[in-house]
Amino acid sequence: MTEVSNAIRFILNDEEITLTDIKADTTLLDWLRLERRLRGSKEGCAEGDCGACTVLVGRLMDDEIIYDSVTACIRFVGSLHGTHVVTIEHLRGKDGILHPVQQAMVDHHGSQCGFCTPGFVMSLYGLWMRNPEPSQTAIEKALQGNLCRCTGYAPIIRAGKAMGTYGQPQADPLWAERIALKGKIKAITDGRRVEISDQIIVPANLDDFARVYEANPQATIVAGSTDVGLWVTKFMRTISPVIFIGHLPELRRIAENDGEVQFYAGVSYSEALPTLTTHFPAMAELWNRLAGEQIRNMGTIGGNIANGSPIGDTPPPLIVLGAKLHLRRGEHRREIKLEDYFLAYGKQDRQPGEFVESVTIPLLPAGEKFAVYKISKRREEDISTLCGAFRISVDDAGNVDTARIAFGGMAATPKRARAVEAVLVGQPWIQATIEAAIAAFAEDYQPISDMRASAEYRLLTAQNLLKRFYLETVGQGQRLKREVA
Amino acid sequence: MNKHQPPITLQTLHTTIPHDSGPKHVAGVAEYIDDMIEPASTMHAYLALSARAHAEIVGIDFSAVRAAPGVIGILTAEDIPGENDVSPSHKHDEPIFAVGKVHFWGQPLFAVLAETRGQARRAAHLAKVEYKDLPFINTVREAQQAGGKLVAEPLKLERGDVEAGLAAAPRKVAGHVEIGGQDHFYLEGQIAMAIPGEDEDVTVFSSTQHPSEVQLMVAQVLGIRHHAVTINVRRMGGGFGGKETQGNLFACVAALAAKKWNRACKIRPDRDDDMTATGKRHDFVVDYQVGYDESGKIHAVDAVYGARAGFSSDLSGPVTDRALFHADNAYWYPAVRVRSEPLYTNTVSNTAFRGFGGPQGMLAAERWIEEIAYDLGRDPLEIRKANFYGTDRNNVTPYHQTVEDNVIHRVVEELETSSDYQARRRAILDYNATSPILKRGIALTPVKFGISFTATWYNQGGALVHLYKDGTIQLNHGGTEMGQGLHTKVAQLVADAFGVGLETVKIMTTSTGKVANTSATAASSGTDLNGAAALDAARQIKERLARHAAKLFDVSESQVEWAQGGVRTGDKFIGLAELAMSAYLNRVQLSAAGFYQTPKVHWDRATGRGRPFYYYAYGAAVSEVTIDTLTGENSVDRVDILHDVGRSLNPALDLGQIEGGFIQGMGWLTTEELWWDSKGELRTKAPSTYKIPLASDVPPIFNVKLAEWSANKEAAVGRSKAVGEPPFMLAMSVVEALSMAVASVADYRIAPRLNTPVTPERVLMGVERLKREARG
Repeated sequence: MTEVSNAIRFILNDEEITLTDIKADTTLLDWLRLERRLRGSKEGCAEGDCGACTVLVGRLMDDEIIYDSVTACIRFVGSLHGTHVVTIEHLRGKDGILHPVQQAMVDHHGSQCGFCTPGFVMSLYGLWMRNPEPSQTAIEKALQGNLCRCTGYAPIIRAGKAMGTYGQPQADPLWAERIALKGKIKAITDGRRVEISDQIIVPANLDDFARVYEANPQATIVAGSTDVGLWVTKFMRTISPVIFIGHLPELRRIAENDGEVQFYAGVSYSEALPTLTTHFPAMAELWNRLAGEQIRNMGTIGGNIANGSPIGDTPPPLIVLGAKLHLRRGEHRREIKLEDYFLAYGKQDRQPGEFVESVTIPLLPAGEKFAVYKISKRREEDISTLCGAFRISVDDAGNVDTARIAFGGMAATPKRARAVEAVLVGQPWIQATIEAAIAAFAEDYQPISDMRASAEYRLLTAQNLLKRFYLETVGQGQRLKREVA
Repeated sequence: MNKHQPPITLQTLHTTIPHDSGPKHVAGVAEYIDDMIEPASTMHAYLALSARAHAEIVGIDFSAVRAAPGVIGILTAEDIPGENDVSPSHKHDEPIFAVGKVHFWGQPLFAVLAETRGQARRAAHLAKVEYKDLPFINTVREAQQAGGKLVAEPLKLERGDVEAGLAAAPRKVAGHVEIGGQDHFYLEGQIAMAIPGEDEDVTVFSSTQHPSEVQLMVAQVLGIRHHAVTINVRRMGGGFGGKETQGNLFACVAALAAKKWNRACKIRPDRDDDMTATGKRHDFVVDYQVGYDESGKIHAVDAVYGARAGFSSDLSGPVTDRALFHADNAYWYPAVRVRSEPLYTNTVSNTAFRGFGGPQGMLAAERWIEEIAYDLGRDPLEIRKANFYGTDRNNVTPYHQTVEDNVIHRVVEELETSSDYQARRRAILDYNATSPILKRGIALTPVKFGISFTATWYNQGGALVHLYKDGTIQLNHGGTEMGQGLHTKVAQLVADAFGVGLETVKIMTTSTGKVANTSATAASSGTDLNGAAALDAARQIKERLARHAAKLFDVSESQVEWAQGGVRTGDKFIGLAELAMSAYLNRVQLSAAGFYQTPKVHWDRATGRGRPFYYYAYGAAVSEVTIDTLTGENSVDRVDILHDVGRSLNPALDLGQIEGGFIQGMGWLTTEELWWDSKGELRTKAPSTYKIPLASDVPPIFNVKLAEWSANKEAAVGRSKAVGEPPFMLAMSVVEALSMAVASVADYRIAPRLNTPVTPERVLMGVERLKREARG
């Protein structure tokens, strides 16, 4: 039997924390502000979109502590076992001297009302530790999940560009103390499962998770909490008992097998990016526009699929790539095609006690054309109005051999455009074929009008994206591209 | 300035100084209301909101609310000892809690008090409310079609013979423009904490731009007198107009509960509830008829400005007034008639927002320019220039104020050159001729914005300055800090007046107990009013000190000079600390209340004539954009701005207002869309659905310059000009640049008539429409 402990343990700034009576739905932000009276982190939205609550969470990965910026408002305290939480209060020196990132912000007039500022400082701090002299593009990416309503961002970007001249990470306390911190984290992660009353289960390892979930199929699984977090903060739902799985290294594996890549379900968007874009360069733009940095650090591929949202951004490209889903219940495993997982709105092919363990994506055969397009009201950190993925193979005669097209945001589930595909297959890959296929979109999709766009816009844009895909495959593509100095 | 003293040239004024709270902001130690240590046993209030757009309340079953964990009690309209009203227009049309009927989705019904905020919030959702649905009005057009019920008196501005002007004009155009609203999205939501005191006393910490009005409202709902109520605000986490009146309700609920239960009470809505229950920028539909000639000169304008006011008056009267005051932007209309319609709708009551109706007024004017330019096949900039106000003729506004300080010609000329407008426009025309999918556009738009409250009595400021025996200064004034740097600027003025460093001047929490009967920090007027009042207080103290120093030095007062750190006569010098102590020992008063009233302004609303504005602020922007004609996605690639702040008190803070105002305006006009569903519920009510600009939306090239040659012709503090609102409207250039890009698909012969916000959808549908029309 797995040994069980009854305490969530982690390090908060320079203090070791042991919690034995924490609730499953207690958010890190509420705990910091209400229990610890650390009120530098602010609540701006309570849904992970504004970044005013940004903190860093460090976790041990390959014997190094990796610090990710996360939104404390939708991160649960129960998920912090074995981590180092760094808040804005930890930055200023004991002597009152501002941290280099803070001083750069002051000198460049990066704050006006100041409410979003601690979050910006933490995001910049996370960036500075990895990349003290970042490009504007890197700064913009690191700040995708931080909203400022006063400054227009320009002074914050200037501060980001200058922060390397104020100090280097090697002089930072987190760097200096990393060996001691590692020791503390290792002592906490002692291989025991954590259980707190009927609220929280932190399994010891992947097999333990499978056992625990099979025995508690009513439990809520929380990996990145970028969705479940809102069930609590917005819908006030009861989520306990919760099984937290974000800490399991086995679920964060990425395997590059023969002819396919395999992402375990707990791989975050940020972690997946390098491998994904190596094999599927066409996915890079989507990945960089999906949510903000903090959410990409938290959210997982498995979660994006498992929750079955019709507007999740990973299913359309993964469906056209022929991804397979590996589901597990206890020791029983099965494999299904990803597109078969989505049964209807809010309904997926997942049994009680069963979870998504991994997804495998076959590599693209040479010569096949593949693209994915995300359309949103705001270019970045926005939920897709529609997201379309296209994949086509053309035979030696110039005719379409196979065609796979899938969209999110066009139906109640992520869905193939089978009628369009049928029109394309066997036809020459020329403009006239595209024009002929466009009408079939209306057979495949009857989208809705909502706050993101009208049905008319969605259908027209989906059609135009096929045109774009065609033009790009024949070297006549044109796409908006942000170019910064 | 005091006649005793030559101006002091310490580097505290007309120079860049960081925001006084900057070091605290970045360290997370700048205190907002939710960060304050709560008194023991503080209760938390949470509002229950209507889930209907318009309905009779048949009944409310509170049993599940009362039984919920942690619940202390329920606050309803019946618990209000005074008046159930927080209407800032004093029309008594805005109850705290709906009685009998709800008028919009999200209207507060009652509040729950509990031991924790979480408990109060959960319990508030447990009431079973029975409604009887009524038909509801959502849009401006629906309101007009339903008879056009108004929430406030409409305004008409008229000059010249409009009928004759239209009849005689060689060309005419009629149309309408739909202009979307905007949520403030202050990062710190609405919040208040009330602490009961003895007798009728209550102290409220409120995130408000208008402490004196909160004081009045709290007194009104409690049925007590103003002197029992103290309102404090150290800083807001953003305001933008959204805390000019919208904080009233929250402060009142906290105060009502605090007095009823004799416990401190805090109230803070969740972001979704904040966005649902509080007012926003008004949406407008402007119907227009414009007569002009082949040279592009406007002959006559006739327009009606319908505004979605919401269910109550709030500030919709003055907001729609200001839309009319800016129906001209920088253009002279030989004959003009503009009318406002602040329309009742079953939506949240709309309110102040940076520009206060001015942006909507101007946007319509820019639409007319666009109509004329595309009709005549001309660069819209030529049409703009052809219609600018003159400097000594053609300079009377529709409200009969003569524009005396016009610098728009110089601003536009300099910007046109510095931005290389003409060459870039030619390059864009060439690009569009060969680029199949991506199209570009460029536009230069001007801004002329009137400074002063149009409610003339608001144009007053107050301050209370203390000089202590150790030579340190405490600065109180009636303005509130919401990030704009007001406190920094006023402290600069006071430090400069006393010849001391900024560290000598302590900025205090704004409190109705220190400065009474203040105006809202609004209308860009904060520095003009409060800075001048603080200088008046400083002057009084300095005069007394100079008299005292003259005695000490045994010279005449006129021989005493203010110098860095103190006063001198000849080679004798005495430092401020020593002088203050000596003055104290000789029973000289070291405190003073300062006051200021803006000169020259007057306004007769009934006749539509007067001088509502002390002066105008000017600016211009050039925006360059790219659109994707397959999807409507677009980007703002370069922006050049030249803006007039008079003689800048603090260039860094002014630059911050210009950059920040522009980006906020760009958001209003592009991605920030308010969308109601078929039941009348606002569905864009959180950052996940309501999209303000991001860092990556800032134009990659963003050149912002102050018009360094400018000095205010009027005697505003340091000859500076107000800067809070005017730059917001520079973002109109983005709309006109997008319009040019869209127009390119029909060879620039059809006016794109884009409504705002110009979302990707509106761009794509605009492209489709123009392609269709060009095909015939």
